[in-house]
Amino acid sequence: MIVSIASGKGGTGKTTVALLLAAARPGATVVDCDVEEPNCHLFLQPGRGEERQVTVMRPSLNTELCDGCGRCAEVCLFNALAITGKKVLLFDELCHGCGGCILACPPKAVSEAAKPIGVVRAGAATRNSAGTKLIDGLLDVGSPTASPLIKAMKETLAAQGDIIVDCPPGTACSMVAAVADSDFCLLVTEPTPFGLHDLGLAAGVIKLLGIPAGVVINKSDGGAWDDAVADWCAQEGIPILGRIPHSEAFAHEYAEGRISPEYLADARAIWGKLGREGDCR
Amino acid sequence: MKELVIMSGKGGTGKTSISAALAYLAPEKVLADCDVDAANLHLMVGARQRESHGFVAGFEPEVNVTECVKCGRCTALCRFKAIDNGAITSPFACEGCGVCAFNCPAHAISMRDKSAGRWLVSDTRFGTMVHAELGLAVENSGKLVSRVRLETKKLAEKQKVPLIITDGPPGIGCPAIATVTGADLVLAVVEPSLSAMHDLERLRNLCGHFKVPIAVCINKATLSPANTGALKESLAANDVPVVGEIAYDSVFRTAVQTSRTVMEIDNIKVQEKILELWYNLSALLGVTHNESVVHKLDRKLKSFAGWV
Repeated sequence: MIVSIASGKGGTGKTTVALLLAAARPGATVVDCDVEEPNCHLFLQPGRGEERQVTVMRPSLNTELCDGCGRCAEVCLFNALAITGKKVLLFDELCHGCGGCILACPPKAVSEAAKPIGVVRAGAATRNSAGTKLIDGLLDVGSPTASPLIKAMKETLAAQGDIIVDCPPGTACSMVAAVADSDFCLLVTEPTPFGLHDLGLAAGVIKLLGIPAGVVINKSDGGAWDDAVADWCAQEGIPILGRIPHSEAFAHEYAEGRISPEYLADARAIWGKLGREGDCR
Repeated sequence: MKELVIMSGKGGTGKTSISAALAYLAPEKVLADCDVDAANLHLMVGARQRESHGFVAGFEPEVNVTECVKCGRCTALCRFKAIDNGAITSPFACEGCGVCAFNCPAHAISMRDKSAGRWLVSDTRFGTMVHAELGLAVENSGKLVSRVRLETKKLAEKQKVPLIITDGPPGIGCPAIATVTGADLVLAVVEPSLSAMHDLERLRNLCGHFKVPIAVCINKATLSPANTGALKESLAANDVPVVGEIAYDSVFRTAVQTSRTVMEIDNIKVQEKILELWYNLSALLGVTHNESVVHKLDRKLKSFAGWV
């Protein structure tokens, strides 16, 4: 089963929930798709494993063949190619690698070359939930293209056993790339106006994608905003699968890279409900 | 005019709370929220929407089914597996490149403008704010960020204010890049957790890459005194100034839950620290405010001094 953990907003506890679920399910694989800011490895301390560079294809120009006709720039809807005089300029960071320029070039002057955007790493955890397999990606600083790296990470996965996907925050393309293909999405929220606002956005994306979802309330304090989140979930027909209490002690431990086993029972209960709620929408 | 951008790398460190507190303190400014995926500043500053503008970015294919001959050329050429024999099978996978349209032998596919959200201008308790809502599951967040920054600059020039305070997105990808480039100062709000410290390193590299100066405010400093010490050491070694240090305090949670800034809730310890942060930032930025406005601010600040 592939379970993705999403939230819209950062800092709600996606990584916490992912790590708790991993600790409660020996043999599971954690896939950290927050390639801009991966954090799972800080807790799991994976031993040295495989590391693979991920590349994307970017246009490469044969200046001898190019006659400066400008057809490539004309078909590029991302403005990644421009013509000055008779010279073609490439703006790598705008390119989506669609291959349109190659198809459009009359003298066949455009080909492709691989450009590195980051690495995918895999290793076995040595701390917090020893033995858990961690796959994570690290986007090169200054590279805007997270989605191809996320897709590459998921392609390395042989679908065996339970897979826990820690998603990036937000509701844009990289979050969509991370949650896509999951069997269930756990939406982590915190009981505040910020949390509820962003839960609404994230739930909207999950609904568009047609993935069944449930909510985990993190930093739950039983106050008015807990009720507001519960009311919203009831209204939307999204089940609440767990609550993790607000705890300063937990925050202290987390800050220093430890995951308190105190909440393992809660995580096991969530797994139990996932089995049962797996087919609810 | 100077632009102060509040970033963090990791989410949840207190960017929006600090942005709102600075919005309370700065006498003349325009506010911007560049977290277009999951904007929250408007919830804290009492935003009343004044203008809403559609945001069009990129393209999406439209298939004329009567002209489609089901030749399969679009399926073969689409690298994003979004189209199958003239049917858009996976709209979220479509990047709007137009390869299907340009190479359709029957000319059955055209590209039309894609709606990707909206940008908004609102009145708040602390002046005007520009913010946005990115369409669900669309890309182009970087472009929407650029639009928000452009409109904020126009407004700031029109209102003749010396400062823009921008609440930034998490991460270091395209929205973060679009927020940071060309800013005068990045204030990184960091908590002393291994995660946040790791992400700060990435953000520091990003700012270095785009040559934007960076200063740090350590939030929740008492969460791990050991990490706070290590963080300060590493910042000192890299010549990054620490312009504020705030203890872990539940007043931040109360502020978020009651939609107020921490400056509007009695808590002298935190307020003093944020005041100090504001003084340090305005010195670093070298912003000069209209004198009559500053006098008004002075009175506001003296009321803090009375609590000390």
